[in-house]
This record gives sequence, C-alpha cells and structure tokens, in this order.
Amino acid sequence: MFTGIFKDTSVRILITFMIVLCVLSSLVLPDWMQNNFMYGLSRGLAILGLMLLWRTNLVSFGHALYYGFGAYAVALCQKYFGITDILLRFAIAVIAAGILGFCLGFILRKYREIFFAMLSLAFSMVLYGLLAKAEFLGSTDGMSISPSTLLGMELTRQYLFYLITFFVICAAISIQAYLRSTLGHLTTAIQDNEIRVEYLGYSVQKAIHIKYVMSACLAGGAGGLMAASLGQVDPDSMVNWNVSGELVFITIMSGWGNILAPFIGAIIFEFIRTYAFEWAPQAWAAIVGGTLLAIIFFFPGGIWSVIEKVFNYGKKKNVK
Amino acid sequence: MSNDTVLKASDLNKSFSGIIAAKDINVSINQGEIVGIIGANGAGKTVFVNMITGYLKPTSGKIEFLGEDITGIEPRNATHIGLCRSFQISQVFMTMSVKQNLMIAMSLSKKNGKALLDPIADDEISKECDKILELYKILDQSNNIVSTLSQGIRKLLDIAMAVVGNPKVILLDEPTSGVSVEEKFGIMDIVIAALKQTETSVLFVEHDMEIVERYVDRVIAFYQGEIICDAPPKEALSDKKVIEYVLGH
Repeated sequence: MFTGIFKDTSVRILITFMIVLCVLSSLVLPDWMQNNFMYGLSRGLAILGLMLLWRTNLVSFGHALYYGFGAYAVALCQKYFGITDILLRFAIAVIAAGILGFCLGFILRKYREIFFAMLSLAFSMVLYGLLAKAEFLGSTDGMSISPSTLLGMELTRQYLFYLITFFVICAAISIQAYLRSTLGHLTTAIQDNEIRVEYLGYSVQKAIHIKYVMSACLAGGAGGLMAASLGQVDPDSMVNWNVSGELVFITIMSGWGNILAPFIGAIIFEFIRTYAFEWAPQAWAAIVGGTLLAIIFFFPGGIWSVIEKVFNYGKKKNVK
Repeated sequence: MSNDTVLKASDLNKSFSGIIAAKDINVSINQGEIVGIIGANGAGKTVFVNMITGYLKPTSGKIEFLGEDITGIEPRNATHIGLCRSFQISQVFMTMSVKQNLMIAMSLSKKNGKALLDPIADDEISKECDKILELYKILDQSNNIVSTLSQGIRKLLDIAMAVVGNPKVILLDEPTSGVSVEEKFGIMDIVIAALKQTETSVLFVEHDMEIVERYVDRVIAFYQGEIICDAPPKEALSDKKVIEYVLGH
C-alpha cells in the first residue's frame, strides 16, 4: 500500500509544508499563531475525511458526531481510566469514532444526496441531545481535559503542536496511499457511475462503507486532538449542528484537489475567524459567510484551485 | 444441459405489477456462440438481459450458468463467475481517462482483499490494459478524458471494460445504438473479432437487422415478452411472425 509513497509529489509537498509550518511557528511566529495552526491542523483531519466522502459525491452534514465522539472518548478515558498519554488519546479517539462509523455505516451507505446529508445530521443531533442532558458527561458545561503527556512526561504546547503535525502527516500519507490504490480510485468511479462499479464486480455499498469508516476515524482523531489542545469538551463546540456546518464550510473552501488542501483551508479559516472576531466582533459571522460566498462565486474549486493556478501545479498532480 | 451449453434459461417469467414483461422464456446458449436478440421496443429483450445478469430478479423460472443455478444472482457476483455485460448507454467513468477506466476494471478483476490497496499504477496491469486497448483499436485514445470522446469510442471502452476478466458469456445491450451509421460496422468488426479470440459466447440485443444478419449465428426474436422465433439468421429474418411483429413489414 505504501510502496513508493515518498516519491509521490503530493506527499512531498505535504511534508515540506508541515516542516516549514513547524519551523516558522517555533522560531518566528507568535504563540497565538501556533495555537491557530494547531486547531487548524486538528480540524483539517476532519476536513480530510469529508473530502474523501465528497469525492464520492456524498456530503455529510453531521460529521460533528464523530468529531465530538472522539473528543468525548478522550474525556471519558481520562475521567475513568486516567489516560492522558497523547498517543493513547489519539488512538482511542480514532478507534471509538471508527467503531461508531462502522455501525452507522450499515444504515448510511444505502442513502445518497440530501438523504445521506440529513440522516447524518440527525444522528449527530441525537448525540448532541444525549450529551446535553447527561449530567455525568458534564451536560452543557462539558468536561475539562488535563494537559497531555507522552510516555509519562508532560507535554508543552510546542511539543503538542509537533505531535499533532506528526499525526496529521501520518494520516494524510495514509489517505494519499489509499487514493492511489484501486479502492481509492473507486471514490471518483462511484461518483461517476455506480452501476458500472457494481458490474465490475465490486459492491458500491461496501466501498462507501469503507470510506465512511475512514472518514469517521479521521473526524474522531480530529476531535481527540482538538480536545487535547483546547483542554475542554462540550456539546455546543464539539457536536452541535453548527460544528458540522463549519466542517462542510471549510471543505468547500478548501477544495478537494489534494491531501494538503484541507489543512490549508482549515488554517485559513482559523485566521479568518480570529481576525474577523477581533476587527468586527458583531459581524464576524457575516465576514466568514461572505468569504464562503466569494469562494463559491470566484473559485468554485476552492483554495486549492487557486494554489494550483498560481504554481501551475495542475500538470504534476497525481491525486486524481 | 449439454456439455457445450454455458447458459440456460428455463421457464423464465417476469411481471411488473401484473404487466407481463417476460413469459415462459427457454433459451440455451452454447460456448462461443453469437446470438442476436431482436424485437420491437418493449418486447422484453432488455428485461431478459437484465434477468440474466442479475439486475432484475425473475418472478419465476431458473437460470443456469455452467450447470449452476444462478437465478437472482447479484450483478457483481454475475461478473465474478464470468457473466458480464455492456450497456445500451455506455456505462463508463466520464471524468477519467480511457486508460484509467480500463485499469480500474482490470484491477478489480485481478485483485481482491488487501491487494486492492496496492497502487493502481501497476506495470503488469498497465501493459495488459494497453493490449486490450490495442485489440479494441482505442490505444491512441488512452490518455483522453472519456467525456470528450465520441459515442463509438465510449461503446468500445464499455465493452472492453466488460471483457477484461475473460468472461464466458457477454451480453451486449444494443452495442451500436447512438453510434453513427459510418461507425457501426467498424465497431462491430472490432468487437466480434476481439471476442472470437477468447471463445466468449455473445448475446447481443440489436435493432439493426444489417448487423444481426452479418454477425450472428442464431437469432432469438421477442414479442410481448415471449420468444416467437429461435433460428439461424436467414431463417429467422424470413419467418412470418418475425416479419409481422419485429420487422413491421
């Protein structure tokens, strides 16, 4: 699966970008920017998952379900088992969301278009309702997360950022390896023609189920990392419908042309929100919405399409 | 079922909310045989093909493939056992190149399990794809995006994708529909020559009697869901019922 993956142009660009980001944020940029990078990269994992579904023409309006589930899995494992190790936290978030995605996937894989979108939203709102009412999970106040450790040592924000970058690189490389495989090519094939895929001897529902579980794992991992970096989980900022909307928003803004796009999109979103909130606290939502409108009207392929044009990267791309 | 018989349909019936689409269909197809299925619109030709390939489940009756009962089989399982089809409207991946289309088809027919996670750009598969593209005379189009190509090339690609796994039987649903008059014989020459090399049995639904007369060993004519004639082309095309109900003379 990973044969020759480091010769892949997209992977090389991804690694270079992440290294530059690490160097800049530790040597040049102020601390608050590092936080934005950290949140952007964490959220970018969920966007990567949505991108995977989008390539199959499926838009999930309820991915906060997995995002929040991963975050709460981290909180619960800390509360009941005292787990604070970042590696375990990430693994637990990914596995918990993956199991939930696997179970719900049996229902969702049968639906397409608006039905898929709304059904996924419905599931996420069920979880939101449960979390908001469950007192042992902190109800609407949520739960606090203690700082992460690594092999027993407490992690500084700086090292947490490096580790998040490492997780992001590993996840994005795995997705790139998947996309260039036969199964990965089925993402676009299913979007083009489900009947043909069935008559080539592969179950479309199975292929969608696999992608859905992968997408859930990525969103869960994103939620777990976000919980570890924010130090707090609560239903409103992790599971509510507006969180799902935000994830879809960033996916559209990012574009789906490359595995790096979700991370660039998520980081840009963090900065737009930060500056919009600072400069126009009463109208920040309108600025964010206006940005999306501008992207849809002028760059329907998302930020990645702009980058492609600027660097003429299109000729070399091999993701598709 | 004789030793030569690869496909046999017995007493096949299909109805949709009381409307009979197929009635008591009994057909045997031998290895390497090329059979033309003719009939007016709504005569039951495509329903028959859809039942054979698992797209529709028969209301009653039995379908045997190489001696095994495959009635109501899932389309993807029909493909796995060697019963493939092409479509009236080409079912290809429009946003991909010709070669990518074929490579996906080839990979799915050759790989399973974990091997499906290996990179699709495999030298061996790529060479085999080139051979098939050459056989179907579309090698020069291999890097072109399918949506930019003519119906004729899409038809050839559709058929090439169906045969990558060397099926025992292929069902072609109107292989020349939507193709220009100038292209149709050229396309059929390529397809039939390629399929004859592999001893694949061919069943094709066709409205064009020139094509039927020229390429098939046997003709099965449908009318109102029933078979009204099953004979060699000359005999079938001069049959009274065929002339009246199919050719409309």
